[in-house]
Amino acid sequence: MIALYGFLFAMWILILIGGGIVVTILGPISITGYGDLNWIISSVIKAVISISLVIIWIFILMKIKNQIFRKEIGS
Amino acid sequence: MTELIIPAIVSCVVAFFTVYLGTPPLIKFLQRRNFTVKDMNKKKEIMIARPGGISIIAGIISSEMILYAFLQMNEILAIMITSSLAFAIGYIDDRKVMGGWFKPITLAIAALPIIFLGAYESNLAFPLFGEVQIPLLYLALIIFMIPITGNTINSIDVLNGVASGFMIIASFSLSIALFILQNYEMVIISLPLALVSLAFYKYHKIPSKIFPGDSGALVLGAMYGTIAIVGEVEIIAAVALLPAVINSFLFLASMKKVTEHRQIKGKPVEHTEDFKLKATNDKTAPITLVRIILANGPMSEKQVGFQIFRLATFSGVLAIISAILMRVSI
Repeated sequence: MIALYGFLFAMWILILIGGGIVVTILGPISITGYGDLNWIISSVIKAVISISLVIIWIFILMKIKNQIFRKEIGS
Repeated sequence: MTELIIPAIVSCVVAFFTVYLGTPPLIKFLQRRNFTVKDMNKKKEIMIARPGGISIIAGIISSEMILYAFLQMNEILAIMITSSLAFAIGYIDDRKVMGGWFKPITLAIAALPIIFLGAYESNLAFPLFGEVQIPLLYLALIIFMIPITGNTINSIDVLNGVASGFMIIASFSLSIALFILQNYEMVIISLPLALVSLAFYKYHKIPSKIFPGDSGALVLGAMYGTIAIVGEVEIIAAVALLPAVINSFLFLASMKKVTEHRQIKGKPVEHTEDFKLKATNDKTAPITLVRIILANGPMSEKQVGFQIFRLATFSGVLAIISAILMRVSI
């Protein structure tokens, strides 16, 4: 059970860190020089970065899961 | 804030008593019509009425209609419409076995009223770091959020009382978080979810007299997701839901595809001779939260449920801490 609480806590920390990355990196991105397309281009860039972050988040979570639940998953 | 006290009290009373008083006749009605399923975790052949989603949606709609009469907010309309659509989707799945993609796709459609009613802000707020504006991305988040919360609650509805008990803890945590963030209107809009879950738990707890079915679980999950969006507490809501998210994550990571539980051949859990639950060694079976809890040895259904509630309380506390951290900026 301690492993489960540890995994929960790790997920929470990852959410906090992910939030920091999103706000400090994703938030300030703005594109100029393309007229009406500015917001679409910046949205696409934000979407690509966000999806990449989610993939990285899941990858890290898989690693943590394998570490924490090694015994349980092996049984 | 004081003008919200009367709507809050009336809607909470209606939410609770609609389900509390409406569920016993519903159980009798379902039993008469033979709308029952076997309780797989009981030694004897016990048939349980299903779906209890009918009384859950009745409680939600009646209480939210009262709130709409007082407040006339599009957010309440969005909650009522999305929850009703989720109920309809779940009810179809209760009556007829649908494919694995049916619920995610149709729940994504059920999220559209939130967009059409404009009942959202395209800012995503994070603890400690503040907000980020993501206009286009936020639309995608709405479309994804409802299927995720709906299916997540549905996926933990595996033992007597777990789905409704879990929702009591998660939704009260969300209401407390909204109170900390001083979003008082959303506090009273969210409270009926907790009260409906509490009333339903009386009949759903072990030994269950009624199961929520897909219609009940999807309504609870979809309403929770809609509150998260219209209340601008998406991250806090996700934190409160973490044990159920872990269950879905472990399931998907082990199965590597979206599939219905009934389509899986391997059994993650089996019964001992004294009918306790025990994790199997079946490599083809999905890894689930219950299987991880049982890794150290057999437990009774009640003990497993209690462990899930303890995890839910832990994540509820993390959600409340997250709300406090929302008011802190670094």
